[in-house]
Amino acid sequence: MPIAETDVRWVKAPTLGLLDRLYIPAIMQGLGTTIKHVFQPKVTQQFPEVRPDLPANYRGLHRLNRDADGRVKCVACFMCSTACPARCIDIVAAPAPPEWKDREKYPEMFVIDELRCIYCGMCEQACPCDAIELTSLFDLTGLSREEMMFDKEKLLSVFDETVKMGKDPIRTQAGVLSCASEPSI
Amino acid sequence: MAVVTINDQPIDIGMERLNLVQAAQKAGTFIPHYCWHPSLSVVASCRMCLVEVGEKKPDGSVVMQPRVVPACQTPAKDGTVCITGSDKAKLTQARTLESLLLNHPLDCPVCDKAGECMLQDFSYRFGNSASRMIDPKNKPANKPDIGEHISLFTDRCIMCSRCVRFTREIAGTAELHIVNRGHHSEIDIFPGDPINNKLAGNVVDLCPVGALANKEFLYKQRVWFLKSQESVCAGCSTGCSINVDHNKDVVYRIRPRENPQAQGHFICDEGRFDYAYINGKSRLDQPLARVGDQLFAGEWDTVLATVRSEFAKVAHERGDTLAGVISPMLTVEEAYLLAKYIKGLSADARLYLGWIPVVGEDEKFPQNRKGNPLGAVKFTIRAEKCPNRRGVEEILKHFQGEVLGFDCFVSDAAKLKAAYVTAGYSPRLGPWLTDDQAQILASLPLLLVQDLALSAICRSARFVIPAATFAEKDGCYVNSANLAQELHWAVKPGTMGRTDGQAFATLMQRRGLVRATAVRQGLAREVPFFAALADGSLGQYGVRLG
Repeated sequence: MPIAETDVRWVKAPTLGLLDRLYIPAIMQGLGTTIKHVFQPKVTQQFPEVRPDLPANYRGLHRLNRDADGRVKCVACFMCSTACPARCIDIVAAPAPPEWKDREKYPEMFVIDELRCIYCGMCEQACPCDAIELTSLFDLTGLSREEMMFDKEKLLSVFDETVKMGKDPIRTQAGVLSCASEPSI
Repeated sequence: MAVVTINDQPIDIGMERLNLVQAAQKAGTFIPHYCWHPSLSVVASCRMCLVEVGEKKPDGSVVMQPRVVPACQTPAKDGTVCITGSDKAKLTQARTLESLLLNHPLDCPVCDKAGECMLQDFSYRFGNSASRMIDPKNKPANKPDIGEHISLFTDRCIMCSRCVRFTREIAGTAELHIVNRGHHSEIDIFPGDPINNKLAGNVVDLCPVGALANKEFLYKQRVWFLKSQESVCAGCSTGCSINVDHNKDVVYRIRPRENPQAQGHFICDEGRFDYAYINGKSRLDQPLARVGDQLFAGEWDTVLATVRSEFAKVAHERGDTLAGVISPMLTVEEAYLLAKYIKGLSADARLYLGWIPVVGEDEKFPQNRKGNPLGAVKFTIRAEKCPNRRGVEEILKHFQGEVLGFDCFVSDAAKLKAAYVTAGYSPRLGPWLTDDQAQILASLPLLLVQDLALSAICRSARFVIPAATFAEKDGCYVNSANLAQELHWAVKPGTMGRTDGQAFATLMQRRGLVRATAVRQGLAREVPFFAALADGSLGQYGVRLG
């Protein structure tokens, strides 16, 4: 339906006075802003020379956590790959080695296609044992697609690296389960 | 006529002898149950099906019993009133579940049953979210070696005793027992006497929780990733109805599908565990043609065009030197297409029935440890290890009036010039040709072998065409009792593969994809034995022929 003529309100540009037409006050105002920033603290980050300090709840590269014995914490329940909207998690489960007395199942293979991932964090929420977490590592590069398929060893090494850096995601620091877990009764 | 009232809904159950679980099912009401199974005896031990029951008196008044009773043990008779949704019934169901979960480890994330577990489903529908258990849970040790294919996660068991009753009543071998008492009861075997009977795999399906697990399937896939396709077992001529569970063109497991017309509720382990060859790496998926001493892979259309012209040449020269061997592993539709193709080349061409694998004798269950049958037969594993001998025989009778066996083909081989031999047998059965037979067939100038993988005879074949397994094709099989059942394709026959039926249709120069339903309707019009299939669809339970 075309717009009725009565619904149209015509607006005229305001007429400029003498000072406005000289542009000198506007130039002075602009210069003032520029000069003010020269004396203010610098906020520009010199990336990549200076690394940004991202908040602990940033959703970057995944890591697979280790338990107290250094074993992979994941129990291969497939909850993350079920929850994943991008279908980027590929797990092959197997019976746990006989020396792992407390476990029946473990991931023989655990691959995340980091190119396919949309970093939504659903895997982290779905995990019943807090084994997968998104870290604040964000500058992910690779020379081939194969390189961006992060396997179990690579994801565990991300854990080691982030622990060394002291950049644990917020959930681990808080020491409580993620919101997917029900509170204990 | 007996009228039962389920939650205010009167339902006429006629003269059937039903319990309240079944009567409620007829009324569309679900009564939760664990221990009750339609083909096992009633023990009413799980207490999950407790409902309020009363009776309608002749004057119209209803007198309810003051207590709740197990629905599985209460016969539905005229005037029975059953209430499943009252506060009392709901409270008992929730309390029962709480009790069943007292010692359950709640390890659903690592349990293979999760997703199809009745304990999960009922907890969600009928149970509480919290447990009041404060004592430590019992943690009996797992028994991974309870059977060759079966593993027992003892702590997950809810003591419904379905598995124990199955081994006693259906298998008859009674390997499983309940040991210890009360809170400490567990399922066990006698030391050194594992559950290795030929129906053992069924205890995994019967187990309503994740206590009994199938070792072949253990941790392979989560069940919610699997897609199920209704099919028919190709293991023997009983033709059990099955579900083929697959994902991404890999068959992960085979489960029985209830069919009162075919086999009942169960399948044997032979059929259940014989699926590795479907996913096998040695499968052919491209046709091979001989050039000199070697077989070379070629395009389907090119190779089949050569096959067509070579066979037509032989048929043109002398029709009675041409033979087709129709394997009992082919579906009825495929057998019909092949017979029509061969007879279309020359009316004098001969058709033979393929090798019929027979192993031992029919095994009837329940049977004792010595293999002697006990009482009425509840399950039969046939000695004839092919699904469709009856179907192929009827096709042969129609096209040439008599059924010539495979031995007959081998003895006639010297007189023949060209033979189209179909096989497609599971490798479980061993080679389908003896060395002597292979030697005789090697002298055929034009031999085409259609098989799942390369075998010794392929060395002397001019053409080798890939065959498809039962999980890869549409069609129907006719079992030993003349029951025609439909199978549907679940997985693709390799990346380049085609089904046998498609190959025959290409040879017959039919265009497009073969639709088994259309072929079946044509067959039903042409062959009187199959007239009952004219509808195209055979329904869930199949159609009895003849």
